[in-house]
Amino acid sequence: MAASGLSAEVDVGQVVLPGDVLLLPAAPNADGERLRLGPSSAPRGRLLCGPGLRRCAAGLLVTKCGLLRHRPPAGAGTGGGAYWVDSQQKRYVPVKGDPIIGIVTAKAGDIFKVDVGGSEQASLSYLAFEGATKRNRPNVQVGDLVYGQFIVANKDMEPEMVCIDSSGRANGMGIIGHEGLLFKVSLGLIRKLLAPNCEIIQELGQLYPFEIVLGMNGRIWVKAKTVQQTLIVANILEACEHMTSEQRKQALAKLSES
Amino acid sequence: MGSEPEPGCALRPFAVEQGLLSRPDGSAAFVQGDTSVLAGVYGPAEVRSSRESPERAALDVLLRPKVGLPGVLERSREQMVRRACEAALLGELHPRSSVTLVLQVVSDAGSLLSCCLNAACLALLDAGLPLRSLFCGVTCALAPDGAVALDPSARQEKEARAVLTFAFESTEKRLLLSTTRGACSAKEVEYVRDVHGTSV
Repeated sequence: MAASGLSAEVDVGQVVLPGDVLLLPAAPNADGERLRLGPSSAPRGRLLCGPGLRRCAAGLLVTKCGLLRHRPPAGAGTGGGAYWVDSQQKRYVPVKGDPIIGIVTAKAGDIFKVDVGGSEQASLSYLAFEGATKRNRPNVQVGDLVYGQFIVANKDMEPEMVCIDSSGRANGMGIIGHEGLLFKVSLGLIRKLLAPNCEIIQELGQLYPFEIVLGMNGRIWVKAKTVQQTLIVANILEACEHMTSEQRKQALAKLSES
Repeated sequence: MGSEPEPGCALRPFAVEQGLLSRPDGSAAFVQGDTSVLAGVYGPAEVRSSRESPERAALDVLLRPKVGLPGVLERSREQMVRRACEAALLGELHPRSSVTLVLQVVSDAGSLLSCCLNAACLALLDAGLPLRSLFCGVTCALAPDGAVALDPSARQEKEARAVLTFAFESTEKRLLLSTTRGACSAKEVEYVRDVHGTSV
């Protein structure tokens, strides 16, 4: 019959499939780029097991298909860094701390029910806005867009979101204006756009000035000066996923001529 | 690997395309010879309170035949695909939610159940749902003289004494599903499963 099912040496940056078991490096000082087969003592420090990986008896079990990534530990010698799988998904699963765009669907007493694109609606308290008190309620109607972050998001509880940060300030969060366009893209594109110094946003900014809000649940809100410019920006962002950077530069060059 | 495959035990050429449908969260089309199945996965999504489970995601499989309404045969195949998928899916990570898998038969030229299993696995993979392992399906036909044919065509299935379908998971090649139609002895089932099933 086949072997025990443990994977051989897997380099970071390779494609991994669900069911692969990754063993952790034996020596804590060893290069964290390789995950070797063989007996291993527990590595010193904490190893962060990111999305797509789960702890199992032998090491890390891969649960999603994608590229294996590794981030070396920040401090000198402490911790074992972080491993995760870069995978592509359309459906969002709430994660604590993620900034998201939600659509208010119902007002129930003291809380709003917000659709965030997951399996459950999130709850948003009316006091979770900057400067909101029991007498000074925020002006939120059903159908409004809100930009907030999750404070409670796990598989067993209903997700809860707020539109203020830990010090009580809005910090850019809150109700999004009534104009503009909301559309949905895949989660991988959002992560690409949120990377520092993203070329796509900078190039689009040179074309037309626009406001943009990116939610980790795959939703983007865009507003430019005219409706036509808004639609052009939205179409380019949606198409960016399937275009190489040369094709994108060509499309933008054609648009800036016309 | 195992022994050399015997003549007549070669699989028909197969092809896969993932992410071809825009509405579902994950989709895959699997083609085995002339048999082709399209699968779409929606999930983890909202669930009706009657189907809600506090421990795991509720998995629903819908199999749509090429013509006509789904009948009893489709219902039994749905349950078989559902059991194989539940063994591979990590439903504990998404309690109180539902995962819906829709399989559409595009063309049926033999080995339909294994084509459905393969399309289901790849659609779950495309949707980014957490899986314990991958799985695959394979069909074998036992001719009246005892010869074994893997991945039989419709004609081979009709002439066969028995048609057996197995699903294997990818990490330790363990058996997830085994179903037989026709008359064959228990020893023949074991032989087909051990020799031909795991060499796939």
